[in-house]
Amino acid sequence: MNIHEYQAKELFDKYGVATPAGRVAESAEQVVQIAGELDTDTVVVKAQIHAGGRGKGTFKSGFQGGVHLCDSAEKAGEIAGKMLGEVLVTHQSGEEGKLVRKVLVAASVDIDKEFYFAILMDRETERVVIVGSSEGGVDIEDVAENSPEKIFHEPIHPTLGLQDYQARKIAKQIGFSSKQMRPAAKLFTAAYNLFMATDCSMVEINPLVLTTDEEVLALDAKFGFDDNALFRHPDIAALRDTDEEDPREVAASKFDLNYIGLDGNIACMVNGAGLAMATMDIIKHYGGDPANFLDVGGGATEEQVREAFRILAGDPKVDAILVNIFGGIMQCDVIAQGIINAAKEIEMNLPLIIRLEGTNVKEGRQLLEESGINLITASDLGDAAKKAVESVAKSA
Amino acid sequence: MSVLVNNDTRLLVQGITGNSGATHTRGCLDYGTNVVAGVTPGRGGQKFDDKVPVYDTVVEAREATDCNATMIFVPPAFAADSIMEAIDAGIELVVAITEGIPVADMMRVKSKLTHSDSILIGPNCPGIITPGQCKIGIMPCYIHNPGDIGVISRSGTLTYEAVWQLTEAGYGQSTCIGIGGDPIHGMTHLDAAKLLTEDPDTRAFILIGEIGGSEEEEAAAWIKENCDKPVAAFIAGATAPPGRRMGHAGAIISGGKGTAEAKQEALLDAGITLAATPSEMGAALIKALG
Repeated sequence: MNIHEYQAKELFDKYGVATPAGRVAESAEQVVQIAGELDTDTVVVKAQIHAGGRGKGTFKSGFQGGVHLCDSAEKAGEIAGKMLGEVLVTHQSGEEGKLVRKVLVAASVDIDKEFYFAILMDRETERVVIVGSSEGGVDIEDVAENSPEKIFHEPIHPTLGLQDYQARKIAKQIGFSSKQMRPAAKLFTAAYNLFMATDCSMVEINPLVLTTDEEVLALDAKFGFDDNALFRHPDIAALRDTDEEDPREVAASKFDLNYIGLDGNIACMVNGAGLAMATMDIIKHYGGDPANFLDVGGGATEEQVREAFRILAGDPKVDAILVNIFGGIMQCDVIAQGIINAAKEIEMNLPLIIRLEGTNVKEGRQLLEESGINLITASDLGDAAKKAVESVAKSA
Repeated sequence: MSVLVNNDTRLLVQGITGNSGATHTRGCLDYGTNVVAGVTPGRGGQKFDDKVPVYDTVVEAREATDCNATMIFVPPAFAADSIMEAIDAGIELVVAITEGIPVADMMRVKSKLTHSDSILIGPNCPGIITPGQCKIGIMPCYIHNPGDIGVISRSGTLTYEAVWQLTEAGYGQSTCIGIGGDPIHGMTHLDAAKLLTEDPDTRAFILIGEIGGSEEEEAAAWIKENCDKPVAAFIAGATAPPGRRMGHAGAIISGGKGTAEAKQEALLDAGITLAATPSEMGAALIKALG
């Protein structure tokens, strides 16, 4: 789950991670008011969409740039008026772009130095690890490649947590002076507290900046949250903005289906994440292109199967549907009944290839045979993939 | 013919009175697993299906029945606590089926596990089975046959796929271990590969991995130096887009790490026979046998 920049700033404010003063606005009037209240000569107005590359993006109206520096409150209001309600296209947003509903108005700061700071859940050491570098504002992968000696790692003990000395140590390692060390360490500790309290998988502050006034501030941040832990953070789950997501994925998530949209034309419905990935792989192996990843889960109900089917059949890119079920917890007859119900409800003319194996497989196959639905049965996974690819080639 | 579980396994089920706990306890009993006790806090003194005694705590179940393995079906919010309770009671083998445990909880579990003698399999796994002797988990029974091929996998249904291919080709299994799809989990590919390598009754084994992490590479490096048995492998997720979590919390390519390509290279370098597609896992193992 991704969150907006203004939501990240609000989380930072709540946990005491210093950021430039500012607030989110939904209208040009609000922008003028907020900009007027900020005690600064220059304010920055930033369009709030999830896609990166906003500064270099273009609005469909022709207006250039989703990030602007403004030297007066009135100017900020004028700029915001050109962003709000308009569609911004960036290199990450896709051609269709994203509608800007909110802008962040913040005090512009004079930067002396930029740093990199991140907190991650590291699966290899099975610990939370802090990563810091003197090289901020650039892609950390590039720093890791070109000058790995400039990246510092500090593993955090799983039960003791971040100690003050560790925060000071990182501050000095990445180049803060003895005077700047304490405010830096204070920010690190606050960010760590936020990470742990909200079950993050990642908090990346890039750049972390030292201003010419010797303030240490988080200027931009990326968050990752542990989906498995959202049940205990309703406030975090509420930050989700479904307008920013693939509508197919939003529809699937309403029914607890694990769906990821891709660009191909062979839709697949599989039980189990590993088998779902493997099914995508084998479609590709036989020259086809998967339209999605879909794991209906271990204990899917008839309703979930029906909804999954509805999403797949409703995708205009899809030319064939491959169902691959190996029942363990999942019972083949439940899957079969879900497919039959869905096929009866939805008028579907797409080739439907079905491979069933596992618990209650006989009952499942019998249900399908007796249903009179037009389908292609497959004897095994390889057979299913081949038939799916062939059926698409025929219809093309 | 087995590792970790056999006819001497005395199984406890934590969460035995819940929906899936009850269903799969019956599945294990039907298979012939010796289920000696269940635990559901607040239900102590009851009997599950009129035969398996239920206790309030694991330590009570251990004292009363001398159970030496546990299968955990407790919901995700409470599962980490249940795993720690089993470790604390000294249960030798802890099999956590539960899917969706927060990663931070598993981090604390691992910290406790490190200082114990217990072995953890999972979480988010199908369990472990020694065909003909003992099933702990949720796998369909009929696909297995006793034999001498081992199976290690991060994915449940992909394990069934491999097992079914072996059985259909006439190759039975010694022990099949589902290590689970979470980023922080118990037994690793490497741990399981070591056990199967040392097991005199396992002739060869299949290792099924997926994108994310570096466990397959670690296992491959060890196998290259230490294992003389034929090994086949398959890695799922070669076509997965980077940065997206493919169902399993652990199945994600991030920062260019954990790609299928890197894993396949490491496996090939170790002399392991790779299956080109998931429908050829059994065939790859047969090829490796020569």
